[in-house]
Amino acid sequence: MKLTLIVWRQKNGGAPGAFKTYQAPHVSPDMSFLEMLDVVNEDLILRDEDPIAFDHDCREGICGMCSLMINGVSHGPVRGVTACQLHMRSFKDGDTVTIEPWRAKSFPIIKDLATDRSAFDRIIQSGGFISASTGSAPDANAVQVPKDMAELSMDAAACIGCGACVAACPNASAMLFAGAKIAHLGYLPQGQAERTQRAINMVSQMDAEGFGSCTNIGECSAVCPKQISLDVIARMNRDLIMASLKGQEPTGMVPVPIT
Amino acid sequence: MSETKSKVTATTPILGSQAPTGPIENRWDTHRFEMKLVNPANRRRYKVIVVGSGLAGGAAAATLGEMGYNVECYCYQDSPRRAHSIAAQGGINAAKNYRNDGDSVFRLFYDTVKGGDFRARESNVYRLSQVSVNIIDQCVAQGVPFAREYGGYLDNRSFGGAQVSRTFYARGQTGQQLLLGAYSSLARQIAAGTVKMFSRTEMLDLVVVDGRARGIITRDMVTGKIERHVADAVVLATGGYGNVFYLSTNAKGCNNTAIWRAHRKGAFLANPCYTQIHPTCIPVTGDHQSKLTLMSESLRNDGRIWVPRRKGDRRTPKDIPEKEREYYLEDRYPSFGNLVPRDVASRNAKQVCDAGRGVGPGGLGVYLDFADAIKRLGKKVIAERYGNLFDMYKQITGDDPYEMPMRIYPAIHYTMGGLWVDYNLQSSIPGLFVGGEANFSDHGANRLGASALMQGLADGYFVLPYTLSNYLAQVKADNMGTDRAEFAQAEAEVTGRTKKLLGINGTRTVDSFHRELGKLLWDKCGMGRTDAGLRQALARIPVLREEFWMNVKVLGSNEEMNQSLEKAGRVADFFELAELMCIDALHRTESCGGHFREESQTEEGEAKRDDVNFSYVAAWAYSGDLAKPQLNKEPLEFEYVHPSQRSYK
Repeated sequence: MKLTLIVWRQKNGGAPGAFKTYQAPHVSPDMSFLEMLDVVNEDLILRDEDPIAFDHDCREGICGMCSLMINGVSHGPVRGVTACQLHMRSFKDGDTVTIEPWRAKSFPIIKDLATDRSAFDRIIQSGGFISASTGSAPDANAVQVPKDMAELSMDAAACIGCGACVAACPNASAMLFAGAKIAHLGYLPQGQAERTQRAINMVSQMDAEGFGSCTNIGECSAVCPKQISLDVIARMNRDLIMASLKGQEPTGMVPVPIT
Repeated sequence: MSETKSKVTATTPILGSQAPTGPIENRWDTHRFEMKLVNPANRRRYKVIVVGSGLAGGAAAATLGEMGYNVECYCYQDSPRRAHSIAAQGGINAAKNYRNDGDSVFRLFYDTVKGGDFRARESNVYRLSQVSVNIIDQCVAQGVPFAREYGGYLDNRSFGGAQVSRTFYARGQTGQQLLLGAYSSLARQIAAGTVKMFSRTEMLDLVVVDGRARGIITRDMVTGKIERHVADAVVLATGGYGNVFYLSTNAKGCNNTAIWRAHRKGAFLANPCYTQIHPTCIPVTGDHQSKLTLMSESLRNDGRIWVPRRKGDRRTPKDIPEKEREYYLEDRYPSFGNLVPRDVASRNAKQVCDAGRGVGPGGLGVYLDFADAIKRLGKKVIAERYGNLFDMYKQITGDDPYEMPMRIYPAIHYTMGGLWVDYNLQSSIPGLFVGGEANFSDHGANRLGASALMQGLADGYFVLPYTLSNYLAQVKADNMGTDRAEFAQAEAEVTGRTKKLLGINGTRTVDSFHRELGKLLWDKCGMGRTDAGLRQALARIPVLREEFWMNVKVLGSNEEMNQSLEKAGRVADFFELAELMCIDALHRTESCGGHFREESQTEEGEAKRDDVNFSYVAAWAYSGDLAKPQLNKEPLEFEYVHPSQRSYK
């Protein structure tokens, strides 16, 4: 297959960026999207042109590093997969594909298609955990977790922290990401002790990072490669209300670096 | 006491493991009492560097932070949660015996030593099994969403190489969930200020001062800045070196630079030829292939492996009747069937494909068929157990495993070799500790399924915190600065290498060299190794390496994000490891576990060990000449699990 690629290039965070057009003349339908970019890059290098920088690692849809906006959709046209799992049989000979980084104020661009998502780490640091120091745990079977709760928790825990939700949301909101973690831990008995404090902490951190608010659009869940449900946002809002009723204030906010 | 003793010459340096003696079930508890402690009020005076944020590194950094030490943690990805531990699918073993089917700490220990083909240190393996029960407790407490039964208790499944059901799992993404547990604990410590996290930062050298590991040199992967970091002890938890083969199930960034640099500074590297080939991976589709995708071994619980009986049979699987199919693992190994250990399953797959009965394009594949399981259990149950794996397979190949059998082929997956460590997980450089896949210990010559996750967390949560404390209690916190000559020299060497790679401007890309090296190793040092093949590899590697240093093309500069430069440094180090791997494979003329010498096999084609001559750990020291590393031997004694010819029939 022959494809035309329109790719966002940007030398670094401080420089202006622009779209550049490339040809990908020998694309096999069995190639993954990133393998196609690898081939384009090899060609660029041999022509002494700076290859396209993009984040990737596991190439099997679990690490959350790959972060490409493909034809305006986070991770491309197939639901429930990441860009690295997208295969070229999803495209036709002669297609034009536009490739952009995640666009959000809270995800500053580093170079070309690679962005800085450390805001996500800081949201987790503000409360996305259960405080259980090593060695303090009771026997694993001492805490019964109803099977349906375990399944719901697992559904939410499947979030890979890629940021597709933020990139798709017109408000660049991180509610699905924060909600997923809050739901994952909130469904479990182990997570009850810190449940409401966790919600108010993480939402406050999210706001401090500059993410937008949620207006129930739902683009986030639609593009999520792990198909996290909007229910997690509803749960988070309930936990937040509980925190307010208890009079809880955010604790343990993590300083946001100035960029 | 085993009658077999390794043949050790008078001039071969012997290594001791520092393991205590006495009944094996007491050794770790005795050791924990005898090891020195650091008073809680004094811990903040000590600084520990942890390189790698996966299960071993993340767990260690979090735990050390909780204890009150000052910790710096480094990873090359954009976040500690990206470590490749995340990709492990199948599950984690623990000797809980919740299934009441005969499991125990001793049995898990026994299975692991046997599964490792009697090439692991008994004391370490027993400890691993012993703390496995604590790991599950810790993970549950952190909120890891393990699969549950209807009563709310933890579910278990079976795994390769075991006849008991001892594997705990979280759908098909146990690695991700365990890592997120460790990552969340790490996040708590970062927020608390006990751990300082450096993401997008790569360790490019180790700094040794007065014989002790005292710090690292790093490169900031965004700005290119080369920096010095000092500490009282250094932990490497940087994973395995499977990417030396280019195609493996590792993440693209996985590399051996951290351990290789340490090796060049004096850390022995043990058994590099013990590489594990996983039997169930998605086959290669073309030259563009960038990595291989693992299909979890847990699939072998319910899937049946077969090939057509007739050579060159190209019919679609639905058209091949039962009597024309050979379920070769079930036929050859009645006791274990499809759940034989990985090396046995991989070699059998290669054998049937070499005999012309492979399936799929290129004839390099065998079927993993779920038709019977779907008939027996129903599609819903299968979806519950393996849903995400089936979806992943369909996405990559375009075939639907609910409708037709999966095609699988063996691929490089794990490396049992790594930096040599003693019972305290300390390398041959004092103050340099190694955890997880980066070290050589525990798995012998073959790792059992669901045990890597166990080892990473055992090392990180329940071993390193004690053994590091023991070390730190014996050295003074001296507030050494980074202005010492050793730091300056290491930094200069790193800067020099980087400049050199950027200045060559040859005609071949880094990837083209990496691919060629990988293919050479897969052919000559892969599933089956021969004297002639290894010698060919050893003749070719130095030539290819030299060509790399004369002809590689790396564009751009150091002072920016430069992914070619990152790859170039890693491939340069792979070239050196590759030679040591082949030297190790050549010298070990027996077959054991993942190291299969065609010249040493039983009549049935199984690995034939030579316990008289090779019952030792080959711990290689860098001599300055890559072609002539120095061999140190750690003799292995088997007091509890008597070496026998492994049989899974």
